[in-house]
Amino acid sequence: MAYVTKSPWVIHYDGSSCNGCDIEVLACLTPMYDVERFGIINTGNPKHADVFLVTGSVNEQNKEVVKQIYEQMPEPKAVVAIGICACNGGIFKECYNVQGGVDTVIPVDCYVPGCAARPEAIIDGVVAGLGVLAAKREAMAKGGSIPAPEAPAEEGKEEA
Amino acid sequence: MNGYVTMIIFVVAYLVLAPFVGGLLAGIDRKITARMQGRVGPPILQPFYDVGKLFEKEPITVNKVQDFYVLCFFIFILATGAFFFAGLNLLLVIFTLTIASVFLIVGAFSSNSPYAQVGAERELLQMMAYEPMVLLTAIGFYIFSGSFDVSAIVNLSGMPFFYLIGIFVGFVFILTIKFRKSPFDLSMSHHAHQELVKGLVTEYSGKTLGLIEIAHWYENIFLLGFVFLFFCNGTWWGYLIGVVVCLAAYFLEVLIDNSFARMKWQVAINSAWIVALCLGIGNLFILKFLLMV
Repeated sequence: MAYVTKSPWVIHYDGSSCNGCDIEVLACLTPMYDVERFGIINTGNPKHADVFLVTGSVNEQNKEVVKQIYEQMPEPKAVVAIGICACNGGIFKECYNVQGGVDTVIPVDCYVPGCAARPEAIIDGVVAGLGVLAAKREAMAKGGSIPAPEAPAEEGKEEA
Repeated sequence: MNGYVTMIIFVVAYLVLAPFVGGLLAGIDRKITARMQGRVGPPILQPFYDVGKLFEKEPITVNKVQDFYVLCFFIFILATGAFFFAGLNLLLVIFTLTIASVFLIVGAFSSNSPYAQVGAERELLQMMAYEPMVLLTAIGFYIFSGSFDVSAIVNLSGMPFFYLIGIFVGFVFILTIKFRKSPFDLSMSHHAHQELVKGLVTEYSGKTLGLIEIAHWYENIFLLGFVFLFFCNGTWWGYLIGVVVCLAAYFLEVLIDNSFARMKWQVAINSAWIVALCLGIGNLFILKFLLMV
């Protein structure tokens, strides 16, 4: 079994979230839910992180930031979109500055819908992300790097 | 001849066992920390999973020399502990430890990352803070035993602790800096704490970070060896007391870690130097006086 599933370190980025999902992400670290039981640590450094948690939709201001954090994370890595805004834009979808969900910029492995997503759902999403990490690790161990995911299609405002 | 054989046995035992004991202590540390915060905490073996994970990650480095510096840091930390457990000169041990730290700092500077650079500057300040007390500890052992050699100090008839109480307290004080525990974890912090992103190790990832973690375990065991030295009197019960006090000191550091907020670097330097001056030098004067009468 790959060690990566036993010690997934997460990095959390707040896109343009209303802070509801952010509070729920941090609630996972509290004694009530205590994700460190599974070796999960909130790092704050993309170079140390295995799982990228994004809350809130992507807009023109932060799409470069999301891309950069994703690119700085070493493989194997997984992306979890938390909350309906991160999944597809949510109630902000039609705003002039909002591009949509996180998957319009980087490849997303797990979607955790909800407004706000509950801590149980977030933990479930990260655990689902572990499967992705294990599969990627296996691909790496077999030799050959992980095929670069195809660039997400530029969709949304321009067409509309 | 017999001396060389035991020396080799001790060095090999240190090189093989220290990472396991150090990693286990780190795991116990995290479990105790979690319980102190009302959490369940990770499994005891979590530090090993973490390092295993880091060695599985894709290697990403800012520049090539960085990995070389970290490798030098790792080798010199191993050499420090090996010299100590071989029973060689205490001054040699301390200077080797300093060289190891310098490699880590130069590595952080070479990355050009602002977080790593501020972390490296703070690490230099921390070295300034703890170095006088470490040297005074070696001098204290010399005045007490008449030798800087660890092998000579271990086989003394009297327990150094009773004559070096001040120095012992001072050494445990700077142990907080060396273990990177909370009031003084300025340059890089442990697990969930975040200071300067990750300070000194911000730009390291994967295998390189794993090596730093293993080096930290080696270093912890070597520092606990210093604590052990205070209780050696050539008998088995002296050694037993030494091991028990080492574990108690480690627990004390975990307790301090969880009961203090991080302080400014000025506090670290001022407090460490005041402790070195009062407890360290004061103890040396009293010891010299006791030996004269």
